[in-house]
Amino acid sequence: MSEKNEKKKRKVKVIKIDVDKCNGCRACEVICSAFHAQPKYGSNNPSRSRIQVHFDPLKNIYLPVYASEYTPAECAGRNKYIMDGKEYIECAFCGASCPSRDLFKEPDSKLPLKCDMCEEEPPLSEPMCVQWCLNDALVYEEREEEVEEEEELKELETGLESLIDKYGRQKVIDTMARMVQKE
Amino acid sequence: MRYGETGFNLEVDLSSGNIERVSTDPKDTELHLGGLGTNAKILWDRVPPEIEPFSPENLLIFSSGLLGGTPVPGANRTIISSISPQTLLMAFSMVGGFWAPELKYAGYDKVIIRGKSPDWVYLWINNDKVEIRDATHLQGKSTYETAEQIKEELKEPRAQVMSIGLAGENRVYFASIETHRGSASRLGLGAIMGSKKLKAIAVRGTKDVRVAKPAELVEACNEILRYIQHRLNNPLPGVPPILARIGSPQEMALHDEEWHTISFAWGHARHRRKGFWNKEVEKMWADALERARKRLISCYNCPVRCAGIIHLPGHPPYIMKCFSKLTYTMAAMVDDLEFGLKIAARAQHYGVDGFTTPQVLAFALELYEAGILTDEDLSGMPEDIEGRFNWLLDRIVRREGIGDVLADGVYWAARKIGKGAEAYDHNTIKKHEQVPIKLGVTNPIYYLMWSTGEKINITQIEGQIPQAPFSTREEREEFVKDWIHIPTGKEEKFKRFILDWGEPGTAFPYYPSIDVACELVDWQEIMHYIDDSLGICAGLSSFPIKPPYHIHNLPFIISYAAGLEMDEDKLWTIASRNRNLVRAINILRGLKKEDERPPDDHWKKRFPEYEAKLLEEYYRFKGWDERGIPTKETLHKLGLDYVREEFIRRGILRDSGESS
Repeated sequence: MSEKNEKKKRKVKVIKIDVDKCNGCRACEVICSAFHAQPKYGSNNPSRSRIQVHFDPLKNIYLPVYASEYTPAECAGRNKYIMDGKEYIECAFCGASCPSRDLFKEPDSKLPLKCDMCEEEPPLSEPMCVQWCLNDALVYEEREEEVEEEEELKELETGLESLIDKYGRQKVIDTMARMVQKE
Repeated sequence: MRYGETGFNLEVDLSSGNIERVSTDPKDTELHLGGLGTNAKILWDRVPPEIEPFSPENLLIFSSGLLGGTPVPGANRTIISSISPQTLLMAFSMVGGFWAPELKYAGYDKVIIRGKSPDWVYLWINNDKVEIRDATHLQGKSTYETAEQIKEELKEPRAQVMSIGLAGENRVYFASIETHRGSASRLGLGAIMGSKKLKAIAVRGTKDVRVAKPAELVEACNEILRYIQHRLNNPLPGVPPILARIGSPQEMALHDEEWHTISFAWGHARHRRKGFWNKEVEKMWADALERARKRLISCYNCPVRCAGIIHLPGHPPYIMKCFSKLTYTMAAMVDDLEFGLKIAARAQHYGVDGFTTPQVLAFALELYEAGILTDEDLSGMPEDIEGRFNWLLDRIVRREGIGDVLADGVYWAARKIGKGAEAYDHNTIKKHEQVPIKLGVTNPIYYLMWSTGEKINITQIEGQIPQAPFSTREEREEFVKDWIHIPTGKEEKFKRFILDWGEPGTAFPYYPSIDVACELVDWQEIMHYIDDSLGICAGLSSFPIKPPYHIHNLPFIISYAAGLEMDEDKLWTIASRNRNLVRAINILRGLKKEDERPPDDHWKKRFPEYEAKLLEEYYRFKGWDERGIPTKETLHKLGLDYVREEFIRRGILRDSGESS
């Protein structure tokens, strides 16, 4: 077994989502977008939030979903789930920033968003969305897990990857080069 | 750079189809904050008293508050202002939910509608793109259906929609404007929207709302959330359960309705049923609500779950909160809560006010019993009370037959019907149906609030203080210990009021003394005016006892969010300015001292001379003359010289040349 695939103990951050407790207030969206604003808390904008509450009051559907991976391709199908008599489109549960929708993308640049569990130094006691969820629809847990070490793509790389998908590698390199020259 | 607000209003002329994005004057924010305050300023400037409610020249303003869309918890209210078709005075109804923050994110503080569309239209605001769209296919659709269909055709499930139903289309004087989390119900704003042939406004925004001092503001918000959590976990002792919590009265969560059912009047504000509430009723009502209620929900950025999603088989789903749970059941004198929940479903889809409507229905049936309305007038009406309520409602929202008369509300209907019907108009103030409560002895605090409240609804002026004395000295002492909400300089006086209340010699109407009654009423009212300019929900602020927001923390929160320099005195002055401006608009529209009185039977035992003295003293306290008109000095002090000049020009105040 190569060193790269060695199993290591890692702290896994988990947010337990109790949809039955969600009161649909979207405070999670407010504070997420405020926390990640520049300067921090200087503005808020739910469409930049890395958690989105998918909700439909008349159907009693309340579903907080976190932004996960960026993906350049759409899913082949759009399955539907029926639970407790309520119909959900598969996408409602999906955290991917994908070409089929505007969700989990910066509204101006369309760059993908991804939940970082509020990475911060010193670390937060719990992610901001959990702190602002007084109804305990979002509960933070930590657990130890044995995992295979793998480098995660950082935010910048994810962003670049999506630009490459959109414009092609060469165009992104050329643009970068031109911008560097201007500086 | 503007903070809290966007600095832009959207001006829409439905007659010409012209749409403009107009920058606002930061000076107006300093003088009035926003929301109700700046709405009143716009109405003063642009809607003179000659303009009638249904005139195309009348404006319909949908406003966020200054703090709407910032992280400040509960700053989500939409303040809708116009001239009421019912009272012919300024109307401002407010609604929680998600609409006002969405408008901020789209880049606007207000939408100002003027003119009248030739055909039914709706407005679609999608950030910078604003369109007037055809709504002929939505005519006749319910409030909620309209919203659903618009979101579907725009392919924008995240849009927030305000809409009217049949009642608004047909200009029912108590038509509401509905959104998915509440209703702007009072004073007939839905009819104004209908008169402009505007079926709905949908909005979607994806821009930033900036704040001035980010770190300080978030810390202040965290503090507010900690206090909310504390109050949610610790209901106040010594007061009825319904008054012990924060938020709007928690009637979707709580089943103990003793306080409302035995203190408030049933029928057409007629009967007290002091022995009504018992364990059996509680069980039956609890079962009915539990069956119907699918979830407790909140407005934008607020953890308090005041509303319920109500869905009964065979009836369309809707969102309900507060006392409208009981209004239909009590007005019909039906013992089964499920009746009220069912008819409210239809009423909310029609888009009518849950307070006024049941009273109008009960009023009609009273006239029928008295022989004033005849079988001919009510031809086809079913025999049973439940059927009758539904039958009358169906006619009112369509203005069919007798419904056309009743659609103008109790005051106007009574006068149109005649034959002695006026005598049955016993629960309106300023032509508007009041909460049905008829008690024993004049309460001096409530006497002043019912008389002078210019939102013309008791719930929009009361708050902060218990409604009855605590039974023991210990309870009173415990209560005042952490009563930090009192304005500076009044701590001793207000605490004394609570501590002594319940001792011998502290009975209504002579307790509290007139000067204390004036100050208590002023405080309660000012807090509402602050909330309504900031867009903060009264349920977290001016309405409950010991709320999260108060006169001591609001100045900081305003300055952190909006970057205005603010302190307690300044904030109080701004709220007084807004309050006097609303009064000035109404005075130009003919509001008189004679209008400022509760109905004769409001209390069983009245004290006409003492009440007159109370009112007189309160006017003086407010800086109004004996007719209730703000004096030149008052107007000058509040920076309302332009009001003074207009009053002089119209002969309301004399230009006596005295120094101001």
